[in-house]
Amino acid sequence: MISASLAGLGRASLGLIAGVGRAVIFAAQTLVALIRPPFYLKEFLQALLTIGYFSLPVVGLTALFTGAALALQIYAGGARFSAEQVVPSIVAIGMTRELGPVLGGLMVAARVASSIAAEIGTMKVTEQIDALVTLSTDPMRYLTVPRVLAATLAVPVLVGVGDAIGIFGGYLVGVTRLGFNPANYLQNTVDFLEFWDVGSGLVKGAVFGFLVALVGCYYGMNSGRGAQGVGRATKSAVVTASVMILASNYILTEAFFTS
Amino acid sequence: MIELQGVHKSFGPKKVLRGVDLKIDSGESMVIIGGSGTGKSVTLKCVLGLIAPDAGRIALDGQNVAKQDRDAFLAKFGMLFQGGALFDSMPVWQNVAFRLLRGSLKRPKSEAREIAIEKLRRVGLTPDVADLFPAELSGGMQKRVGLARAIAADPQVIFFDEPTTGLDPIMAGVINDLIREIVVEMGATAMTITHDMSSVRAIADKVAMLHDGVIKWSGPVAEMDTTPDPYVRQFVSGVAEGPIEAVR
Ligand SMILES: Nc1ncnc2c1ncn2[C@@H]1O[C@H](COP(=O)(O)OP(=O)(O)OP(=O)(O)O)[C@@H](O)[C@H]1O
Ligand SMILES: [Mg+2]
Repeated sequence: MISASLAGLGRASLGLIAGVGRAVIFAAQTLVALIRPPFYLKEFLQALLTIGYFSLPVVGLTALFTGAALALQIYAGGARFSAEQVVPSIVAIGMTRELGPVLGGLMVAARVASSIAAEIGTMKVTEQIDALVTLSTDPMRYLTVPRVLAATLAVPVLVGVGDAIGIFGGYLVGVTRLGFNPANYLQNTVDFLEFWDVGSGLVKGAVFGFLVALVGCYYGMNSGRGAQGVGRATKSAVVTASVMILASNYILTEAFFTS
Repeated sequence: MIELQGVHKSFGPKKVLRGVDLKIDSGESMVIIGGSGTGKSVTLKCVLGLIAPDAGRIALDGQNVAKQDRDAFLAKFGMLFQGGALFDSMPVWQNVAFRLLRGSLKRPKSEAREIAIEKLRRVGLTPDVADLFPAELSGGMQKRVGLARAIAADPQVIFFDEPTTGLDPIMAGVINDLIREIVVEMGATAMTITHDMSSVRAIADKVAMLHDGVIKWSGPVAEMDTTPDPYVRQFVSGVAEGPIEAVR
């Protein structure tokens, strides 16, 4: 009884380690394919459009409401030690360093990792991946590289736009609900915001974008058979991508801001 | 010449191929018959390297396929998948001309499109199909687009996985003639899987019967009807009594 459950645990652990190994190999193959031709420009532009451009509304709305709520909370919290004046700068720092990249990354994970995994998974189950190979086209270069590259480049831009919208959300609440003077609010934001606040968030965005697309492609390519296999691949892609975003966010924050 | 020697393949505990030996000469049309689920599609995929065999040797023109340059090797092949396997993100003509739009065989778009339309015509599809998406076609039409794609780059070796299933008898006849034509006119080597005995007679030079993971019988198509082999006799006559269990 005990040995059976231990064996089960052992098997699961071994399976996990093997899975991590396969994923690392997949990432390495992607990086190699990234620098070796042929490159598929049309697929890259297509991916840029679906991953980047069409994620704008979701990321923008997320940032707007987050910035607005953040302003309310910091105002309330700041009131406890009569420091309401920090609202503009804390909103700006909070959005650009943490909430912009993390929430933007999570929204992209929900939207993009799932659709990539489902699309590639379906291609796998309907033998389209096999067909690509027989047509002398490497699925890594044709499917994975364009998506990973597009996400790595597009998510920082999304984060940048999200930052601006989030700060604007805080500004709206600050001016209309909390009685800030519009010019003062903006001046305060600009005065306290440093380049690296924004820059670190953009770097995070690039890492998150890379991870999201890579995870989506990995689960799609390794999808099980049938509709159930694709469903499972999609779910795993979103969960894994989200956890990886949060974990790597902590690691990056450690690396950037503790010295 | 394609040669398989002692090819084994299992999926988990399930042994699908248990030592397949098969030889197909250049310019020959080989048809593989056998019950559903016996591993015919798996055999083709092993030759193409889409599935790695557990044991055995597969050679093309005397060279082990596992050790050849993949690009050069695949450039010689055309494959029709059992389910069509069309790319549903692109219109029919781009599917057919896939090879001609990228890579070493790349040519101008208009020329590629013309070739695609010509190939579509050969499988009995009109030019107006060219701009539709695969999802807008019937099953039999998708099959024929897959066929057009397989022959688009005039390959030396062509694999057809059930080219006539889902087609009406007239269209099946057209496809049979087309396969025969490709072998005779272009001198291509063909390996076809089919369950349709009239197809077998129309396109085969040789026939091989796969059962229980091995080739039970192979020989010229003319001998198929006279062989005493009980497996072939049962398969050709299509009766339930015989060595092949009807209930699986
Ligand atoms: N990727 C795979 N993973 C697990 N099992 C597989 C896989 N591919 C094929 N099989 C199994 O191998 C066996 C042979 O499959 P295959 O597709 O070669 O059959 P077939 O002879 O082509 O049958 P049909 O005439 O119905 O197409 C089947 O039992 C199938 O379940
Ligand atoms: Mg089959």
